Amino acid sequence: MRLRLTIDMVRDEVLDRVETLSGQQLLACYQCGRCSAGCPVVDEMDIIPSEVIRLLQLGQVGEVLNSKTIWTCASCLQCASRCPKGVEFSNICDALRAIVLRTRLSEPRLDADEVTPVMVSDAPQMGVVGALRKLNG
Amino acid sequence: MEERIGVFVCHCGTNIAGTVDVKRVAEELAGYPGVAHSTDYTYMCSDPGQNLVKEAIKEHDLTGVIVAACSPTLHEATFRRAGTAAGMNPYQVEISNIREQCSWVHQGDKEAATEKAIRTIKVMIEKARLDEALEPISVPMTPRALVVGGGIAGIQAALDIANSGHEVVLVEKDASIGGHMAQLSETFPTLDCSQCIMTPKMVEVAQHPRVKLMTYSEVDDVSGFVGNFKVKIRKKASYVNRDVCTGCGLCSEKCPAKAPSEFDEGLAERPVIYTPFPQAVPNKPVLDAEHCTYFLKDGKCGVCAKVCPLDCIDYEQKDEIVEEEVGAIVVATGYDLYPIENMGEYGGGKYPDVVTSLQFERMLSASGPTGGEVRRPSDNEVPKEVVFLTCCGSRDPESHLPYCSKVCCMYLTKHAMLYKHNAHEGQAYVFYMDVRTGGKGYEEFYTRAAEEDDVLYIRGKVSKIFEEDGKVMVWGVDTLSGKKIEIAADMAVLGLATVPNKAAGELANMLKLHQNEWGFLSEAHPKLRPVESLAPGFYIAGAAQGPKDIPESVAQASGAASKVASLFAETEYHREPIIACIDEDTCAGCKVCVSVCPYDAAEFDEKDKVARIKEAICEGCGACIAACPSGSASQKNLTDEQLYKMVSAALEV
Amino acid sequence: MKIPYYPGCTLHERARDFDDSAKACASALGVELEELPIWTCCGAVYPLVTDSVMDVLAGVRNLSYASRIGDKVVTLCSFCYNVLKRSNNVMRVDLDKREKANLFLRADTAAREKVESYTLEDYEGQVEVLHYIEMLRDVVGYDKLAEAVSKKLDGLKVAPYYGCMLLRPKKEMNFDDPEQPTIFEEFLEAIGCDVVDFPMKTECCGGFQVVNDEELAVSCSQNVVVSALKRDADVIVTTCPLCRYNLDRHQEKMAERISGFTKVPVVYFTQLLGLALGLGKEHLDFTDNTVDPMPVLAEKSLI
Repeated sequence: MRLRLTIDMVRDEVLDRVETLSGQQLLACYQCGRCSAGCPVVDEMDIIPSEVIRLLQLGQVGEVLNSKTIWTCASCLQCASRCPKGVEFSNICDALRAIVLRTRLSEPRLDADEVTPVMVSDAPQMGVVGALRKLNG
Repeated sequence: MEERIGVFVCHCGTNIAGTVDVKRVAEELAGYPGVAHSTDYTYMCSDPGQNLVKEAIKEHDLTGVIVAACSPTLHEATFRRAGTAAGMNPYQVEISNIREQCSWVHQGDKEAATEKAIRTIKVMIEKARLDEALEPISVPMTPRALVVGGGIAGIQAALDIANSGHEVVLVEKDASIGGHMAQLSETFPTLDCSQCIMTPKMVEVAQHPRVKLMTYSEVDDVSGFVGNFKVKIRKKASYVNRDVCTGCGLCSEKCPAKAPSEFDEGLAERPVIYTPFPQAVPNKPVLDAEHCTYFLKDGKCGVCAKVCPLDCIDYEQKDEIVEEEVGAIVVATGYDLYPIENMGEYGGGKYPDVVTSLQFERMLSASGPTGGEVRRPSDNEVPKEVVFLTCCGSRDPESHLPYCSKVCCMYLTKHAMLYKHNAHEGQAYVFYMDVRTGGKGYEEFYTRAAEEDDVLYIRGKVSKIFEEDGKVMVWGVDTLSGKKIEIAADMAVLGLATVPNKAAGELANMLKLHQNEWGFLSEAHPKLRPVESLAPGFYIAGAAQGPKDIPESVAQASGAASKVASLFAETEYHREPIIACIDEDTCAGCKVCVSVCPYDAAEFDEKDKVARIKEAICEGCGACIAACPSGSASQKNLTDEQLYKMVSAALEV
Repeated sequence: MKIPYYPGCTLHERARDFDDSAKACASALGVELEELPIWTCCGAVYPLVTDSVMDVLAGVRNLSYASRIGDKVVTLCSFCYNVLKRSNNVMRVDLDKREKANLFLRADTAAREKVESYTLEDYEGQVEVLHYIEMLRDVVGYDKLAEAVSKKLDGLKVAPYYGCMLLRPKKEMNFDDPEQPTIFEEFLEAIGCDVVDFPMKTECCGGFQVVNDEELAVSCSQNVVVSALKRDADVIVTTCPLCRYNLDRHQEKMAERISGFTKVPVVYFTQLLGLALGLGKEHLDFTDNTVDPMPVLAEKSLI
């Protein structure tokens, strides 16, 4: 089945929202893939970082908001550091998560109750705080 | 004498007429003092438009012409020629810019734009009323050229200028001409042996009766102006009497000390007294004092002097300054590669098996450090899998250089193919973002690589390279399949960006040649004047102007040569007469003009005790005019009186 | 000399060994780390979305507290360093966020009650955020450091692990080259270690993802540890409690998965510094380490 591209799809308001929230210009990405090449957690992602941006460029916001990818990102900033066009994919991930969490589009990826006792008693609290802020909102 | 100025207001289609009420402008100016004729027309620069001017000059006995139109940079010359054709002095034809400085910037307010146009033209009418008839200043032309840079562009330019009948001084900073092209093994898309096609030109230029070849030399100073440059060239001390030397090579053979070979890009060593490569032109050695035992250890060694059969070694030799007079200068200083150390993510400069494209080129070369075999620098083994990376430093506005270096896609394709021809069982991978093959035969060359030599092109930019267990680990991606890629390669070749040759930056500053923010020499117009600089008498060719391949460099070199030949076609050079002049009656002899002139065009006559302007040199910058305390210095056709009247007209006071 | 010090919540709890060794070393070098009289958690992560003032407040407030007692603040934890430095930058350049943040600060009456001479002065980025190692390099000086070393850690092969938050984003952190950094290597050389350069020193350990998906963190940490192991490291040093946790805790699993895997102890760089400065055993508290460093230190005759 052909993907029917229309002006409304590629200029979807949600894309403006993603750009404003992330502070990134989606069309600046020229799809070199370096972000995907250097991402330490890409093996766990269902859509690789460069493809996430490509899907957004093509107006396919829904597919991206439903992905596992945006919850897998560890915010290590390697993608942002190496991008030749200065596009910070890590920030786009944060923005996409923010859209899901703020609009309660789906349940938060990490439930506060689910943080295992081992984690709470054993892990450094910075990890717990960081995880809850990123994945629970 | 009665002033009879003709005013011609151009519509320029709708460019001017769309905003300015040109008819009204022409009508209002008809009654202005000094105006004998005022009209408007759609396209003044057209033949009918120019004819309007010519006819009006004759019919109305005009003493001056104002063409109110676009910027003078476009058509001032056109209308001056028209005026001349009708018998008017060209310096009494003026342009009033009512387009770039009026209609184009005030498109929102037609009323204001029209008023402004009228005032703008009045300003020029006031100037024209007091304009004098002037004659261009003729200066003799020295029909000799200086070419800076002995790479393929410099060699071609020198040959073409010499073949057009003019003498050329060709200056090259290294011991031999040839530049980077001499380092290449084979060239795309023909896979011609680089040295084989280049050495005939190198020999031809060295033997040409009209070419004075100065290698191991640099330009120290340039003064003067187009047609009349005085150049000081520093012949660097080579410590060898290169006039007597026959190039027997005994000194190099016996030299006990070694230094990293620049020609072999650090992959091998060379003796301290050396010729850079076997086919060097001239094939005479130079002694590298920075690594020489004799110089570093107070006279210890001296082997070369002992073995030289003709006594050519002279440890006392000094730099020599040679002065040349030339009429034109062609700058063809070429390129360098972006430093590999800047690619930290690829371990550039850290891992021996991650090499630059020029290093790989030297490996492929039969006369290179590995005898034409591709070998790993770490253990000299033949690599089984080699990864080639495009865009190392190019197309990266965030961390490196924003521009595309144009040639890397092609030369890495060539490298991949030559590697396969060399190591038949090997595999070449090329990581790319876009394969750019714009030249003639280039796309077909790329097809050959993929289809005949099984080169695998992977679309994705490599993120990291590191060394593990003796392998070069490459972390990339294939965006076409969406897979993260890892290759445990034996070697990685980085397609580094091309940057202008480092030495050229200082030269450009000295010559006051404009460079863009990356140091490439600026052409006079990006589309229509690619081989000239805006500075008269300076021409540019080759990679110094921007990344380009050999055919383009040669084409630009020939283009620059033809510009030089045009310049030399006249025996005299004509300079604009809109320069400074000094009223000797009022000159107080204070010499302030002499001290402020940046061109040394003002001189003081001790006998008459007045300052005079050297017309051949004055650029009309106005510094002396502003500085003169007695008001004796003025500018032809831009006197204080004219300026006063022009400003008054502008302010309507 | 005194310098304001922000430990961060983890250093007071799970990483007391880091806090303790850091303070002891500073003291031995003539620097008194003056802990801020009042401080809170920095928030652990810096928001990557542009519209949030609330999310930077924790960092800004701590900087504001620091500004009461000095013009610098030293921190150790990589996460805190990143949050404080980036929050500081935002206060310096984003006038809109600065104005809104200061509105919140002015309402912070509780702080005023707790700290004497707490004046109501806006925070505009006047404090300089320093990492402890920048303090060692720039305030103490590596040469003075080398002179103060009483026990050179000869023969100990140390792999410095930088992780992410110290180095990125490059322009804002301005800490060191994000691809080939050298600040820790120079420090280790100053205290006499054999430095082990390893390619994964700037790759992520998994960070906070360990809370959500432990396997992810195991995989990331394994990548780092194996890389150091392949280069023959005796010890890995770090400056982040979360990195230490990830690299250290998951080695049991790594040992199960990789044949021939040898465990590599992971310690804080201040603990090695303490050893080199000849501080007593009480400052070498490795109870929190899963992989005990003592055997390798004993083997090299360093304790």
